[in-house]
Amino acid sequence: MNPLTEQTRASMAEIIHRYPHKRSAIMPILHLAQSVQDEITPEGIAMVAEVLDLTTAEVNAVATFYTMYKRSPVGKHHIGICTNTLCALLGGDAVYDAVSERLGAGHNQTDVDGTFWLERIECQAACTHAPVMTVDWEFMDCQTPASAVEVIDRLARGEMVVSTRGPAIRDFQATEHTLAFPDDGLAGEGGEADAIMLAGLTVANQRGMSAPPATAQGA
Amino acid sequence: MTPLTPVITAHWDVPDYFTLEGYKRHDGYRALPKALAMDPDSIIAQVKDTGLRGRGGAGFPTGLKWSFVPQNDGKPHYLVVNADESEPGACKDVPIMMANPHALLEGVIISSYAIRAHHTFIYIRGEVPQAIRRVASAVREAEQAGLIGDNIQGSGYNLRVTVHSGAGAYICGEETALLDSLEGRRGQPRLKPPFPATHGLYADPTVVNNVETIANIPWIVNNGVEWFRQFGTEKSPGFKVFAVSGHVNRPGIYEAPLGITMRELLDYAGGVRGGDGTVKFWIPGGSSVPMLTADHLDTPLTYEAMAEAGTMLGTGTPMVFNSTISVVKAVTRWLEFYKHESCGKCTPCREGTYWITGVLDRFEHGAGTDPDMKLLEDLCANITGRSFCALGDAAATPYPAAMKYFRDEFEAATHTPVDETYPSAASYLFTELAPR
Amino acid sequence: MTLAPHQTSVQPVDTVTVSVDGIEVRVPKGMLIIRVAELMGIEIPRFCDHPLLDPVAACRMCLIEIDGQGQPQPACAQTVTDGMVIKTQRTSELAKEAQEGVMEFLLLNHPLDCPVCDKGGECPLQNQAMTVGRPEARFDEKRRTFPKPINVSAQILLDRERCVSCARCTRFADQIAGDPMLELLERGAQQQVGIGPDAPFDSYYSGNTIQICPVGALTSSLYRFRSRPFDLVSTPTACEHCASGCALRTDVRRGVITRRLAWDDPEVNEDWNCDKGRFAFLYTADGRVETPLVREDGRLRVASWPEALDTAAHGLAAARGRAGVLTGGRLTREDAYAYAKFARLALGTNDIDFRNRVSGDEEAQFLASMVAGRRLGPTYSDLDHAPLVLLAGLETEDESPIIFLRLRKAVRSHGLRVQAISAVRTRSLDKLQASWWACQPGNEAWALRQIIDGPQGADALAGLRQPGAVILIGERLAGVPGALSAAAALADATGAKLGWVPRRAGERGALDAGALPGLLPGGRQVTDEGARAQVAAVWGVRSDVLPSRIGRSSSQVIAAIRSDAARADADSEPAVQALLVAGLDVEDSPEAGAFRQALDEVPFLVAVSTHHNEVTERADVVFPSAVVAEKAGGFTDWEGRVRSFGPAIRESSSVADGRILAMVADVMEVPFGTGDVASLRAELDSLTPSTVTRAAAPQVASSAAPTPESGYALLATWRLLLDRGRLQEGEPHLAATARPTEAVMSRATANSLGVANAATVTLSTARGSVTLPLAIGDVADGAVWAPLNSEGCALLGIGATYGSVVRVTGGAR
Repeated sequence: MNPLTEQTRASMAEIIHRYPHKRSAIMPILHLAQSVQDEITPEGIAMVAEVLDLTTAEVNAVATFYTMYKRSPVGKHHIGICTNTLCALLGGDAVYDAVSERLGAGHNQTDVDGTFWLERIECQAACTHAPVMTVDWEFMDCQTPASAVEVIDRLARGEMVVSTRGPAIRDFQATEHTLAFPDDGLAGEGGEADAIMLAGLTVANQRGMSAPPATAQGA
Repeated sequence: MTPLTPVITAHWDVPDYFTLEGYKRHDGYRALPKALAMDPDSIIAQVKDTGLRGRGGAGFPTGLKWSFVPQNDGKPHYLVVNADESEPGACKDVPIMMANPHALLEGVIISSYAIRAHHTFIYIRGEVPQAIRRVASAVREAEQAGLIGDNIQGSGYNLRVTVHSGAGAYICGEETALLDSLEGRRGQPRLKPPFPATHGLYADPTVVNNVETIANIPWIVNNGVEWFRQFGTEKSPGFKVFAVSGHVNRPGIYEAPLGITMRELLDYAGGVRGGDGTVKFWIPGGSSVPMLTADHLDTPLTYEAMAEAGTMLGTGTPMVFNSTISVVKAVTRWLEFYKHESCGKCTPCREGTYWITGVLDRFEHGAGTDPDMKLLEDLCANITGRSFCALGDAAATPYPAAMKYFRDEFEAATHTPVDETYPSAASYLFTELAPR
Repeated sequence: MTLAPHQTSVQPVDTVTVSVDGIEVRVPKGMLIIRVAELMGIEIPRFCDHPLLDPVAACRMCLIEIDGQGQPQPACAQTVTDGMVIKTQRTSELAKEAQEGVMEFLLLNHPLDCPVCDKGGECPLQNQAMTVGRPEARFDEKRRTFPKPINVSAQILLDRERCVSCARCTRFADQIAGDPMLELLERGAQQQVGIGPDAPFDSYYSGNTIQICPVGALTSSLYRFRSRPFDLVSTPTACEHCASGCALRTDVRRGVITRRLAWDDPEVNEDWNCDKGRFAFLYTADGRVETPLVREDGRLRVASWPEALDTAAHGLAAARGRAGVLTGGRLTREDAYAYAKFARLALGTNDIDFRNRVSGDEEAQFLASMVAGRRLGPTYSDLDHAPLVLLAGLETEDESPIIFLRLRKAVRSHGLRVQAISAVRTRSLDKLQASWWACQPGNEAWALRQIIDGPQGADALAGLRQPGAVILIGERLAGVPGALSAAAALADATGAKLGWVPRRAGERGALDAGALPGLLPGGRQVTDEGARAQVAAVWGVRSDVLPSRIGRSSSQVIAAIRSDAARADADSEPAVQALLVAGLDVEDSPEAGAFRQALDEVPFLVAVSTHHNEVTERADVVFPSAVVAEKAGGFTDWEGRVRSFGPAIRESSSVADGRILAMVADVMEVPFGTGDVASLRAELDSLTPSTVTRAAAPQVASSAAPTPESGYALLATWRLLLDRGRLQEGEPHLAATARPTEAVMSRATANSLGVANAATVTLSTARGSVTLPLAIGDVADGAVWAPLNSEGCALLGIGATYGSVVRVTGGAR
């Protein structure tokens, strides 16, 4: 595991500057600690407490409340499969079962190498793209059991996998770093809205529908 | 037939629309100079006059909310954008942030100016890094273009915008839990009163608005009250970014006036997919609002008509389920979600969701009992109106609604596992995406 | 509840009329419904509600119906408005159903281990389940379990499965104590109380969480599984550990104290106390003097009471006029008064002093002028309402922990400003958001004078001139020449109330009782003929019986004994031939070595003591006396408030000091009275408070602290709340929660001493040294802080005390 360094501390200080009260910085700072250590460690909690002038109990209270903070190493990739009602019933359960079998891991467990962390995740705000999988929290929309397993296989082989609405998959720690420093240069990846997001616009264009233009007195 | 009316979504097919340049090319940031030339109070008045209602689920009138902020009180004011979209079924704010982050930002600047806020936080759930990137990148572009920062466009108005990543907690969509979370605490809801308008972030006056709500603002300022009010109804004016998901042939984002019906949306979405081709049940706006059936397909999707039908418009993101779906299984899964997301603060929600999921699990395995049905009814009644915040009420919603229309399925689940009655595989609908 | 006597003006309050269960009442606007119901005698069940904690409305047990509101509302969080119609569970089916529903939820995962749970029998959950709960459980699923129990500190254990998530403990830790080291962790059904990794809940106030826990989730190592509440005999008592004056309840099982609790006294400690007061009571059991002892052939042997009384009476009578009395600061006011009276009547001397600590003539004059025999005040209530409190020479959390709590409450509730003249920016100052004026030890007098006439003092001076401002000073200012004079002058110049906060519980009582060389009871001066006459009248003697010359202080008495051997003729000062010493520890004296020699050399030594100690082992006669728990009596807290109590251990046959002195006096044929606590108290109460002429305030010029040479530093030190104190013996769990023993100095001081990189430092004097871990902190430059009397750091033993110059070297010597 990587140690937290003075560089980490300096980055934390940078995050603090975004907020009028430094305690507000705790969530991105915990993401940063996780980006270095692949989990929230006691060492991470101690450093966060120190930079924010909190007790370790206060930091622990926050770190254990939010499910994205993990208390054991995630490994290289975090695999999330939505098994909330809609995704699950449209096939998410089958996707989960297939991936679980492929990895030999259950919910909130890693595979035997500790490379992949599998998690049943809740609604990912992508129901239109069900069943939804995430790899290191990047969208892998509209999965089938076979496509999901193939994603795992390719990742396991070190091949490039590209998010269906985002950048090429990096790793869990890289995403955690993005959550601490979001302007990571990858915003343009994934391009414009996909066909599903454009479904209504497409129909509107086909049928010649549009919103009425501004009226004179309104403008 | 109510037509589709793309406004916020009108240019999503433009390859670089999510960039400052792309947005500006399509009339972006035209509302901002107008707004900055206006008196802040008149912007509040204008938003009030439009009747715009919050798009986060509760439908509270936005202008009214803004008007509760005490002015000239010498305290810092804050705008907090609730981008914690986590409600099962809700999937319209994340697309807006990904496809149109600058509309959100333009709305942020205008709204902040109106309520005299000089620092705005956009609290985005942590599980959607691509949405976070797009918004953060848009903020940087806007800063570099002088649209955010000090003395915006020479107006003398200063604004900072901070993009904040959440870390996995549905409860943070509740506005006071969001504020506690943003203050660096556990995201548990606060006692009200006092309300955020007077004692919000850091105990200062604060407005918390949903992404889509704020994204409406540039068009309101640009096109005016009358233009806005030609969409929708008297009580539900405006257009809405509907997200239709589930068993439909073309799931996706459909922007249309409020008052469109589910039948019309279904038609645009290519009709029901799978099963016997009929709607078994649908939910107008997130799992927290009661389900409806095919009998309600012609009910206008407005706040008032949905209330009359015994449900709520909620987030306006209908989930459609075909005849293959087990209601028992659907309800069980939603309750597991609420149990997972209960913050633990209040007894009814914390313990009630724990209990209900245990009982529902037995039904799913065909081991429910008749008394269990009454028990579940009691438990839901003991949560509704007793819990600290709306999450508890939401958790107590699916079961009674399901019992209203599908009691027979629970009865069947006293002897037969739901997987036998409704084999899971029959519901699966896989769509192969083109490889990238 | 008693109202403080000084609260004479009643503020007009806006009232509203509400109806509760059909009864109309007028109550102050903004009152919480649950409090209104309490006033009316209507009990609404509750768990998370606590009147001293911010409402949280989490448990939902107190749901009631309000007309016009569709859903039941939490009574603990809703305030009343005019015309509100409230229906509790007694008259509302909605409220009743809601409460029953919540109770059913609360009991789901609660174990049925009441028979082995400490709380069983006094458990709000158990009691309310009996009244509100369903007779049969409907919950058929698997209960939530946790491995049990876990230590949240050495003293406090947590059984998580019993917890109902009311958050009283965590809110107490955060809001009241300012120690957010106990927090809710996880969420939902897994939500649980917990701590940080390897960071125990070592708050000085941690025990309160056990007391306010409405279930048996929090228990103490000391009491766990020791007793059942219904086997205990409870007595209201007062705490003997410091001058805060806490009301306590002492629970005794078959003659043995099993636990102590904070007792609700809204005027003093409210619902709280500190962990020392709660857990440090085992000293009462071990090491006791059990019978009278007399010395024969150089050895102490057991003696009968008559023999011991005889021996003592003869020896003391022989030394009449040449005997000294040293009482220490731990006596009850009645016992201290008995010594004061005994000294004057039986020994014919004013050579009596309760101060077994750094003291001096300036302090004696200050106390005579500003404190002794005066009426109540300043009070806790004054702190509640003060705009500004200035602290000097006082570390409230360590030295008077309830003052700290009250200051913190005022800071939180109305933004009280606290300013502190201190060598160290302590944790308590941070928790009070205090402004810290760094002051080298020994420079307090100068600092106080700066406020009066220094260029930087204007703001503080204006602050202290605000009505209600308070100055609180600690007893260690006695060791800083001019500091008490300056404090008195500052109070005089500003009109601020001045509070003297001694550390020990018996000091203020002993002062008022006349256990000082210059003072008779009630602050009367021994040199004042009229005052002597008043006292003589109460004592039933001629006034010329009372000695009129100012007596000698403890250090003067000690010095006199030691010089007696060398002295051929006793001219003006009579030689001290006998000493009567009450329950004090020699090692607490700043001149312990000289004290020991004096005890060795004095021709006749009588010890009245609860425990064997360095005095009893040197004594000619030893009388066993009762500990506080075994007798009736009272302490006078720092406010001047009398805290009377009865015996908690009623089975005890131990005798109080006052009664022992009466028996000795009886043998000496001195008219003393029976010495029983009631008559001593009655006499004392007739003598104090008084309105007699006071001594003038001291006017000692301030002087600056010495400038230490290179390699030396000024010592800042005081006793930590939890340390080697004798009365804390026998409780390892409490001791394990003490703050670390370490030396603290500023980075600059460490650099200039060349120890910046040292792990440990050694502080040395001519008499010895201590070696401690070094910590860098906010300490006035040139100073080093270390605890006065902690394990491995008994500074008095090396002759070092507050303001001493010590040599500082890096590493172990």
